[in-house]
Amino acid sequence: MGFGQLPFDMAHLLAGGVLLLSFVLLYQRRVTALIGALAAQGAVLAMAVAWQGWVLDVPALYVTALAALLAKAVAIPLGLRLLVRRFGLRRAVETAIGIGPGMIMGVGLVALAILVVLPATQGAGALVREGLAFAMSVMLLGMLMMITRRHAIGQVVGLLSLENGLVLAAAGARGLPLVVELATAALVVALAAVAGFFTLRLRDDFAGLDLGLLHHHRGESAPPGEGPP
Amino acid sequence: MTPGAIFTQLVHLALMLALAPLLVGLVRWLKARLMGRRGPSPLQPWRDLAKLARKQPLLAESASVMSVATPYLALAATSAAAALVPGFARGMALAPMADLILVAGLLALSRFALALAAMDVGTAFGDLGAAREMSFAAFAEPAFILSVLCFAILAGSTNLDAIGAAFADGGPGLRISLLLALLALLAVALAENGRMPVDNPATHLELTMVHEAMLLETSGRYLALWEMQAALRLMLWLSLLAALFLPFGTAPAFSGLGGWLLGLLAWVVKLGALAVALAVFESAIAKMRVFRVPEFLGAALLLALLGAVFLFLSTGLA
Amino acid sequence: MSAVLATLLLMLLPLALAGGGAARWPALARLVHGGCFLVSLGFAALGVAVLVFGGGDPLLLPVGPPWAPLSLALDGLSAWFLLLLGLVGAATGLFAWTHEAEAPPRRLLCYPLFLFGMALCLGAADGFTLILGFEAMSLASWGLLVARAMETRGEGERLAARLYLGFALFGAACLIPAIGLMGGLAGDLSFAGLRAAPMQGGMAALVMALVLLGAGSKAGLVPLHGWLPIAHPVAPAGVSALMSGAMTKVALYVVARLVLDLGGPAQPPAWGAPLLVIGAASALFGALRATQEVDGKVLLACSTIEHVGLVAMGLGLSAVLRGADLGPLASVAAGAALLHALGHALFKTLLFLSAGEVEHGAGSRRLDALGGLIHAMPLVALCALFGAAAAAALPPLVGFAGEWLLLQALLSAWRVGALWVQVMVAAVTAVVALSTALGAMAMLRFWGLCFLGRARTPRTLGAQDAAPPARAALVALVVLATGAGLLPGSLLALGAPAVAQVSGHAGLVVAGPWSVGAATAASAYWPLGVLLLVAIVAAALVAGLRRLSLQPAARGPVWDGGFIAPPAHLPFGDPATQASAAGFAQPLRRMLGTRLLMAREAVHFAAPGDPAPARLEAGFRDPVLPAFLRPLLIARDRLAQAAEWLRDLSIRQFLGIAFGTLLLLLALLALAGPP
Repeated sequence: MGFGQLPFDMAHLLAGGVLLLSFVLLYQRRVTALIGALAAQGAVLAMAVAWQGWVLDVPALYVTALAALLAKAVAIPLGLRLLVRRFGLRRAVETAIGIGPGMIMGVGLVALAILVVLPATQGAGALVREGLAFAMSVMLLGMLMMITRRHAIGQVVGLLSLENGLVLAAAGARGLPLVVELATAALVVALAAVAGFFTLRLRDDFAGLDLGLLHHHRGESAPPGEGPP
Repeated sequence: MTPGAIFTQLVHLALMLALAPLLVGLVRWLKARLMGRRGPSPLQPWRDLAKLARKQPLLAESASVMSVATPYLALAATSAAAALVPGFARGMALAPMADLILVAGLLALSRFALALAAMDVGTAFGDLGAAREMSFAAFAEPAFILSVLCFAILAGSTNLDAIGAAFADGGPGLRISLLLALLALLAVALAENGRMPVDNPATHLELTMVHEAMLLETSGRYLALWEMQAALRLMLWLSLLAALFLPFGTAPAFSGLGGWLLGLLAWVVKLGALAVALAVFESAIAKMRVFRVPEFLGAALLLALLGAVFLFLSTGLA
Repeated sequence: MSAVLATLLLMLLPLALAGGGAARWPALARLVHGGCFLVSLGFAALGVAVLVFGGGDPLLLPVGPPWAPLSLALDGLSAWFLLLLGLVGAATGLFAWTHEAEAPPRRLLCYPLFLFGMALCLGAADGFTLILGFEAMSLASWGLLVARAMETRGEGERLAARLYLGFALFGAACLIPAIGLMGGLAGDLSFAGLRAAPMQGGMAALVMALVLLGAGSKAGLVPLHGWLPIAHPVAPAGVSALMSGAMTKVALYVVARLVLDLGGPAQPPAWGAPLLVIGAASALFGALRATQEVDGKVLLACSTIEHVGLVAMGLGLSAVLRGADLGPLASVAAGAALLHALGHALFKTLLFLSAGEVEHGAGSRRLDALGGLIHAMPLVALCALFGAAAAAALPPLVGFAGEWLLLQALLSAWRVGALWVQVMVAAVTAVVALSTALGAMAMLRFWGLCFLGRARTPRTLGAQDAAPPARAALVALVVLATGAGLLPGSLLALGAPAVAQVSGHAGLVVAGPWSVGAATAASAYWPLGVLLLVAIVAAALVAGLRRLSLQPAARGPVWDGGFIAPPAHLPFGDPATQASAAGFAQPLRRMLGTRLLMAREAVHFAAPGDPAPARLEAGFRDPVLPAFLRPLLIARDRLAQAAEWLRDLSIRQFLGIAFGTLLLLLALLALAGPP
């Protein structure tokens, strides 16, 4: 299977779309746009997984796709949006490093992922190799996003996008048991819940979601250029 | 160079020149409709041009020969570039010259001429616009060249005619790299034409500080030439996008009248669709701050780079 | 051919003597310039002759050590660069005839020696002569800077000369061991001998590093570029032109000769990677600095760094492609490098000479003191516009031809299979496009601020157009640069031997008389066709609009966005309503300068109640040179302190040190002697 055949092309395009949306996430400054991009990533991920299920003829993947669609594209974004609206968090997301350097680092991470995955998967099919490269890039970009965002919502979105990468990898690698996926999903949901709670507490206690504010209370100095509000 | 190819070329250039103001008028009319206004007729730009061309121009006292010569040079260079971009048919007389880098070079030539004209009189607005236009170009050009790299890898050539022929039969398939290159080229096209998130084409002076700021001192036939140049540049970019990403329906070389008519229809439909997309996009989005533009174009550059990297990946896999 | 070269070289020495005698007989100055002009024309003609007919055997000179007599020979590569040197030298000779007729004798003495050094370096047929010429070039050009410093007694000039000498010595300290290592213990330094004994492994890497440091510092490649924008502008315009146009090319010739021609065969693709990356960094840094500088000649010197970087990229890419057995593509990259080297020599000479005319006429090099000169000196303005447009890589001029070929080679270089090469080439391609666009911005800024707009100082209005011989030099350069831009195919066909030597591929770029292309299947560039197309459309537009409206343009006061008319004491308008050099650079300073050049901007408000205006302070500095100089200075001081104890030694101990060194060297020879 290679380029020019519809199954391969479509899988390639959808997995690439997930990665592209990771970059869109990295580029966004505003909270609502960030959540919208996350929802789009969830939807494309669901389509990618469903397509994989059809190509590899694994009906279990349809379930995963449905779960991804419901959770990632509908439920979590709606929940986040609700949270944002309830607390009036319409402000821009502060980034720890600029958008430009963040994007450059992102491209570097993708190159790194490719350089790691390609030699490690010698002998596997082109689809698997490329799928793994895409998935690993999405995961790395999610981690990068968690590092570069000061805003708690931004970090939650980074975590969820990282999990999207995990699901993409799981869908690409034939035979990964559903249990593992469910376990990761459950883990992430738990983490998201914790993060949401954290957000709430922060909001209540410090009237802001900038984690830099916490440094004061740990006896550290504020990040340069920022004082307490 | 057969007589048929020369004839196709001439028809193509004439159509490009004739349709360019119409396209601008169409986009303006669509935007007006989307905003709930009636809007001027799509023919209005042509009427404006005809009126301006007949009026006596007024030159500033400190203007030099540059104010007089550059509009001709800029429009000639843009027309030359427009003659190279395939429209309704391939295999035109200038097809062997139709190189993507040359198109970029000719557009750079007309941009240089525009900046010279802006600086000629020595006003704050002209200098500001020229400096910004050239600075944006510094970010747009690498994004463009890296998109060209994607096409060069897929089609084995930077010749527009060859790329169109290679893509017309769906050879390269669906590729994420093409999607990335498309996004990059769209961003470059918006920046190069001074369209909406980068610059507001509908205002003078207050809100726009790039393209229109450079033309504040021009009048009469010189202003007509500059307006025509801007319209032709938009036409060129939309045709370029259509030729690269929607190569379907274009009449191949040496096709008869039927193929031509079909190609013409396809071209007009593609241009119309792109104009609608542009109008909707511009109505939906707000202008960004000037110093966000490098971020916007830098993101386009990185997407194009990513597209190239994925192409390397897939050529390595194949 | 070698005998002709030797004759021409020998003619330069009496000219240098005559220059020394100009203190007593001032008329000799014109003799020196006229002589240099004629000898340079001879170099150019000789270069063409060798490219057409071939170079012939080396000529052994009856000078030098018995085991390595100095030898002269011209082959394709050296002939190409000799042609370039001849054209630049002839133009600067004509210019000097007008402007340097009363030059101080020190400068007249060094000027022919400078030409001599460059030509000797190009005509050398062995490593020893190459070094000799290179060092003669370095020292003579240093002498030119010193002469200038003594003439102006300026602190800046003196510092520039010292910095220049430091870098020249550093270059020598790198190049001499490199040649020695290449020669090995056999000691055969002739090019034929060096070619027969290729380097390998760590030795090759060491030689590469030394050559890049030694010749790269002279060419102005990053990170050793810091001296170039300081030293080049100090000299008079003609010498600056010679330094930027020719001397940097001689350094690149040394790189091409040692790394590609002699050391290039049978190397892996990684061989060219350092040159490619360093070239890209130079192109970016040079172009970005050129968009920020406020002194016209410094700006041009920074632009030289950019173009030298592009040429180095072409050379490096050629080595990469050659290592991957992609011969035809390697020849495209080599052709791009050679064409761009020639093109840059022509248009940068043109620009420096125009800057000299501007300095002569308007009395300043600072862009903030110029403006509106197109009215006062139209011919210089138009000639400089050609140069600026060529440097901005606009079609159909010569800068575009070189960069088109370079981009074509870069866009095809993904055929080298290795992923790291592909990613590197993609990144480098973006850098080329970025620095080309930045270079266009820099050239627009230079030309626009000098010649367009309103006069920024009244002194500008007294400027006069160039005098006839200098005018001839400018026009000749425009004609040559335009010709080279319109006929790159013919030019590369002429330079086929040089391309073959650099790329190791006998076949040439697809180069017809009217077009040039990367490969038969790929795209082609037809400069004459482009020119015709644009000209026909422009003529049609002129004719068409003339039918529509016949009225000539009326003149009126400038509208200027509704600004009020300037007060009576400002007859040329309020200077504050026109962009300053720093103001025009502001967008790029904010977009790229803050990250790459440590640029900063600060607004200082007056204290409340104080009627003084707020001040905007903006500036940048190149982070590379201080980063290198400071540790170097510290190391020098340490070394000096450590050497202090030598002063207290007795004669006996001094002799002991010398004897010990001799023993050490003998022991080395015994241990690692020839097999």
